[in-house]
Amino acid sequence: MLMKTFTLAIRETLAAEMRRDPSVMLMGEDIGAYGGAFGVTQGLLAEFGPGRVRDTPISEQALVGAAIGAAAAGLRPVVEIMFMDFITLAVDQLANLAAKLHYIYQIPCPLVVRAPTGGGRGYGATHSQTLERLFTGIPGLRIAAPADAADASGLLQTALRGANPVLFLEHKLLYPLRWKIGGNLPPPVPFGRARITHSGDRVTLIAWSYMAHLCLAAAHQLAAAGITAEVVDLRTLAPLDTETLVTAARKTGRVLIVEEGPVTGGFGAEIATRIFEAAYDSLDAPIRRLAGPNCPIPASKVLESACIPDIAAIAAAARDLAESAN
Amino acid sequence: MDDWASYERMVLIRCFEEAVERLFSEGRIMGTAHVCIGQEAVAVGVAAALRPGDALTSTHRGHGHFIAVGGDPGRMMAEMFGKATGYSRGRGGSQMMADTALGFYGSNGITAGSMAFACGLALEAQHRRTGRAVVCIIGDGAANEGLFHESLNLAALWRLPLVVICENNRYAMSTPVAAGLANTRLAERGAAYGIPGCAVDGNVVADVRAAVETALARARAGSGPSLVECETYRLSGHSKGDPRAYRSPAEEADAWQREPIRHLEAHLRAAGNTDPARFAACRTRAEQAIAVAIRFAEASPAPDPATVTEGVFASD
Ligand SMILES: Cc1ncc(C[n+]2csc(CCOP(=O)(O)OP(=O)(O)O)c2C)c(N)n1
Repeated sequence: MLMKTFTLAIRETLAAEMRRDPSVMLMGEDIGAYGGAFGVTQGLLAEFGPGRVRDTPISEQALVGAAIGAAAAGLRPVVEIMFMDFITLAVDQLANLAAKLHYIYQIPCPLVVRAPTGGGRGYGATHSQTLERLFTGIPGLRIAAPADAADASGLLQTALRGANPVLFLEHKLLYPLRWKIGGNLPPPVPFGRARITHSGDRVTLIAWSYMAHLCLAAAHQLAAAGITAEVVDLRTLAPLDTETLVTAARKTGRVLIVEEGPVTGGFGAEIATRIFEAAYDSLDAPIRRLAGPNCPIPASKVLESACIPDIAAIAAAARDLAESAN
Repeated sequence: MDDWASYERMVLIRCFEEAVERLFSEGRIMGTAHVCIGQEAVAVGVAAALRPGDALTSTHRGHGHFIAVGGDPGRMMAEMFGKATGYSRGRGGSQMMADTALGFYGSNGITAGSMAFACGLALEAQHRRTGRAVVCIIGDGAANEGLFHESLNLAALWRLPLVVICENNRYAMSTPVAAGLANTRLAERGAAYGIPGCAVDGNVVADVRAAVETALARARAGSGPSLVECETYRLSGHSKGDPRAYRSPAEEADAWQREPIRHLEAHLRAAGNTDPARFAACRTRAEQAIAVAIRFAEASPAPDPATVTEGVFASD
């Protein structure tokens, strides 16, 4: 088995899809010779040329809007937003155009917007946010948030073969991590199917993206301490696999939802409500949320760490929940 | 399109818009609509310059643009009535209709909201060498959105086959051009992006057509985008219920002297078309067509509420 980084899995998937389908085109700031701020598109310009790997000016709104137009005309553009924080500049195009093209005009919009997300690198308040919460309330957009390399590749393949706009979240701390995946690409991963990454019966941990990765690590720690956790990695937020997460909640009766980003208005609240509505009678304790405090992400390492759940905090919260009285 | 065909199309647009105003005042249609009375020459001049296969994007004030490229007044009216037979099956209303088979990629309720989208349509045409050119119509108010600048810069950098038409009708809602643009000579903005910018009399359909043809020829030759400012006037209110307190009756009366249908009539007369019956027959045909459209819309079924969540996503 070969080891592959999350970065490489995405790069190789993009390359393979571009070889397979000439309508796939990359657009973004400094994605060409520079290879993107996180190196994801390195080498793609050399293989595919500037017609298909397009450096754009720093114009998030126009770049996303142009990608939407190109998608409406039949291309398959993949946009890179350098840091997800900058997607706010393009929210109009995504919310008012991409999300509505099919519903109102019956025009399919096969667009993928890749966005490096999350904190942990000390980049500060405008380069560290997780903003999927802004989009989960907009019907018409799909949101993928892989937590490992195989899912990153599999979900990206699905995104690139579908007919709808997809927001594709790449956590910056996942990029350098290595996973066992073979030389060939893993199979496509369907949207709307969460994955149980660790099996247990004392407590259910629910997360996505980097937090799902941390939940798995926390589950290993908990298992060593005799507490088995069921870990649900959502993989996509839209569509949301309510069935799998309700089943997991029923299995353990105790649910901890782990989310990066401020607790207020977080997607965790939606998940909690769905579980509560469907599995109220199976719950042995109130659903808990572990999320960031309601503040912007500070730059200082100690302060930033205080804003983002880590393995120790997840394990502690899970243990606390598992041991709480009925 | 010869002068008579242009005239016929302009009168059809005028009748459609008059009907929309009337239907609102009678309470027969709801929601909102922005009519383009006084701006018909821009719509028809642009459409006359387009070739089959070209694409057009429009604004919130898009009825005229759509009719000019062949939009069916019946299906448009049905959309205004919120019926299942409307272009957007009752989901778009006045501001959001499209028909890609006609190359009409949508009117858009966001000011300047279609500009980058039009760049993308042009990018596809350039990339796949389809020969298509794209025209994007915006208003003068839209020229103050960030998207205007980002899109023109992008289009110019990439030499996209795009023509941006700014329909300068003197007002953005109640804001006169001089209160919205620090430099009211809008066409000069082309220079900021290294592309041609020109201003034409937007009430003269032949002038609009000629300017757009020149810009389209440049686009098709691979020389990149252009900005064409069409100076016109919105004779109607901004939308229904606009008391038009921001301008004087004298100003409007003056504008009525220069409105495009009257102008084209004078031009046709000067060219020897003096038979009043011919002009009247045009008007009658248009009124009949709009009456048919309204009857179709009224007789059409309402959308089934059970289908309200259908089509949010395309089938993958
Ligand atoms: C982004 C945005 N801001 C504001 C509005 C409200 N609005 C609708 S039309 C309009 C005026 C637009 O003026 P202009 O671009 O000159 O077009 P015109 O109405 O004159 O045709 C405004 C402010 C909107 N629809 N979208």
